[in-house]
Amino acid sequence: MNDALSHPAAPPYVDRDQHSVANHLGMWTFLATEILFFGGLFTGYTVLRWAHPHAFAEGSRHLEFWIGTANTAVLLTSSLFVALADLAIKRDDRRAARRHLVAAGLLGAAFLGLKGFEYFQKFQEHLVPGSGFDAHGAQPALQLFFFLYFLMTGLHALHMLFGLGAIGWLLRQIGRGAVSRERPDAVAIVGLYWHFVDCVWIFLYPLLYLIGG
Amino acid sequence: MHSAAPAKTTLFATYFALIALLALSAAAAKWQIGPLWNLFIALGIAAVKTALVFLVFMQLRYQRGLVRVFALAGFLWLAISGVLTFSDYLTRGWTP
Amino acid sequence: MSLLVESSKAPPRMPSYLEAGHTVRSWLFTLDHKRIGILYMAAITVFFSIAASAAALMRIELLTPAGDVVTSETYNRLFTMHGVLMVWFFLIPSIPSVLGNFIIPLMIGARDVAFPRLNLLSWYLFMAGGILATYSIVAGGVDTGWTFYTPYSSTYSNGHVMAMAAGVFIAGFSSIATGLNFIVTIHKLRAPGLTWTRLPLFLWSMYATSIILVLATPVLAITLVLMAMERLWGVGIFDPKLGGDPLLFQHLFWFYSHPAVYIMILPGMGVVSETLAAFARKPVFGYRVVAASSMAIAILGFLVWGHHMFVSSQSVYAGVVFSLLSFLVAVPSAIKVFSWTATLYRGHITFETPMLYALGFIGLFTVGGLTGIFLASLAVDVHVHDTYFVIAHFHYIMVGGMVMAYMGGLHYWWPKISGRLYHEWTARIAALITFIGFNLTFFPQFVLGYLGMPRRYHMYPEQFQTLNVLSTAGASILAVGYALPLFYLGWSFFFGRRAGPNPWGATGLEWKTASPAPEHNFETTPVVTTGAYAYDAEGNP
Repeated sequence: MNDALSHPAAPPYVDRDQHSVANHLGMWTFLATEILFFGGLFTGYTVLRWAHPHAFAEGSRHLEFWIGTANTAVLLTSSLFVALADLAIKRDDRRAARRHLVAAGLLGAAFLGLKGFEYFQKFQEHLVPGSGFDAHGAQPALQLFFFLYFLMTGLHALHMLFGLGAIGWLLRQIGRGAVSRERPDAVAIVGLYWHFVDCVWIFLYPLLYLIGG
Repeated sequence: MHSAAPAKTTLFATYFALIALLALSAAAAKWQIGPLWNLFIALGIAAVKTALVFLVFMQLRYQRGLVRVFALAGFLWLAISGVLTFSDYLTRGWTP
Repeated sequence: MSLLVESSKAPPRMPSYLEAGHTVRSWLFTLDHKRIGILYMAAITVFFSIAASAAALMRIELLTPAGDVVTSETYNRLFTMHGVLMVWFFLIPSIPSVLGNFIIPLMIGARDVAFPRLNLLSWYLFMAGGILATYSIVAGGVDTGWTFYTPYSSTYSNGHVMAMAAGVFIAGFSSIATGLNFIVTIHKLRAPGLTWTRLPLFLWSMYATSIILVLATPVLAITLVLMAMERLWGVGIFDPKLGGDPLLFQHLFWFYSHPAVYIMILPGMGVVSETLAAFARKPVFGYRVVAASSMAIAILGFLVWGHHMFVSSQSVYAGVVFSLLSFLVAVPSAIKVFSWTATLYRGHITFETPMLYALGFIGLFTVGGLTGIFLASLAVDVHVHDTYFVIAHFHYIMVGGMVMAYMGGLHYWWPKISGRLYHEWTARIAALITFIGFNLTFFPQFVLGYLGMPRRYHMYPEQFQTLNVLSTAGASILAVGYALPLFYLGWSFFFGRRAGPNPWGATGLEWKTASPAPEHNFETTPVVTTGAYAYDAEGNP
């Protein structure tokens, strides 16, 4: 696939444009499945919050508002860098593309660091669901809030890890010249995934951190 | 196909709008006007932020109709799951 | 459909996909959609056999009223194993992953599916899931039923629920990969001139199926994660002790599993449309409506899941809504049956084996569909819920419908797959045996259910014995019907008469290329100039 002249398009495709459109459509289809994957959790969250508004408000007050807010800002900034990398590769500036991707990756890692710190705090406060859980006198449903908190943020963090892996792969591909102005698709495709994972957090942030009032 | 990608200025403008919305969302949470209202405001802002990310960062504005339909399908199906599930929960207490 | 072959000088004949390599490696690392289809076929045949033996054991147990062959514990594990393997490791991949993989690129005039690597990955995911599920069975089995209802699965089950759920979870990603691949393939790789209104109906039904695969399966995945977490952690949102709700599990599960029921029938409808057109040598009556009804079934299928929960303490108002919405599904289903009947009218009908299966499908699907309306009615369902009536109903759809269609499709495209013809009369007799055995097995179960025999028990009152003996007798006939093709198809693969490119005289791009299909499907990209099923008045393509 490295020789652009003798192999203008990979096997099932007639030309690169068709390949590119198929890649985008495929990624968007995958994102639709992701919406429903997280969607099951959001539906469950909605039902339980509707049933236990006070326990959920109490749970939200136990979370660190500033960590949630800072993490949202970190992720939004990382998304900007991914979008800039896409722009740079299309303008044939591979160095800038790599620089932007490294920045996005570092921000992603920073997000996970903050998240890990918050998990550690919850562990110390005995707010991890299970036999060691201490409801601090609140309703038992508090434990369900934290069950959802860990599952939702945990699955989100898992997606972030995949995203970081994809960014690492992109950096290598750009370095090898396999992703370039002639073949920029991979950046946009990984970008779509990264932005989407960002959007999941955009909803997790208010649902988990901002309902304490 | 992606000749019309967003310009650098558009990207930065979107980014600053997103940060402003984040600030607004954080501030609104501190300004308490009843839990339900707070929730709606917070979710409304989240929806606007997501729309910005989808349209600009994910370039949905520049995509053909088919991709837009696919992007919306996930949300539509999620809405089906929510609405019909709640058709049970909201009416469970009613006595026939 | 006619194509203009533009090459003036005949190019050297391309090797068939079967000749492209003979090593195990050339099969296990293939990116060829046709070989991946064959890999799937081998896998699902094995899973079908395991699941069918579980069913055989259950039928033997039910020969007598007393529970004398297996304990109730073992019986629970048998029906769970039968359900899980049949649903996720046979029916869902049957037509989509085997026939769909093989035939979709050929039908649209493409070289392969849109993402060949993803296609191979989906087979490996499927195998990984299948091996986990098999491990769970060998280790001692699961007793929750294929539905994994909480709190059975999360708290009380002492079976190997985690391995089984992990197997289904992983196989789910294989479904998603296949669905995604088909959607993009059908959108983007159609040959020049093959517009949506010229698309063979099998492709419409596969497209509709893929939408369900892609939009429903993720919800199953997350539901299984939630259930597994609850089992592992002892805490979960389905646990009423903490304020959770077990019915939430059922909502989420059926949000996937009801649409999944249509994954197990829509592809069959597509096969039947193809076969009827080919053997009545006539266009399918009302092509556009049939195509649209596939899409309608896919979408309506997402709105009706609550009819599985009428007696579960779901709100009765929601029950009314779900009941009404369920009736709506009958409309596109009936449209299809009417169209198929009208297609037969004044056709040049011949009764080759695929046609026998297709005709069997129409009759059995109609019975299954109509009894579905009984079950969608709130009041009737209260009477027959969780009885053999339900078992008979969904077996008429899934076995009478989907398995008949899978067998029909397999026979129809067998010449393209193997390059050979099977022995026609043996195959016809096998089709007939299957039809008779099926009805004898499952029709008595309608009566049993109506009389009140509940499902999932290994003993029953003596007055039910006659009907149960009939059913078991039918099952043994059915087993013969399913075993025969293994032998004559296997034999024909090596010794059958060679088939030409188009042994049935059918339309469709897949019949324009050599049999077995060349490695790259077409020597030159075909160009389509007419709609599907362009037979003339004499029935010639």
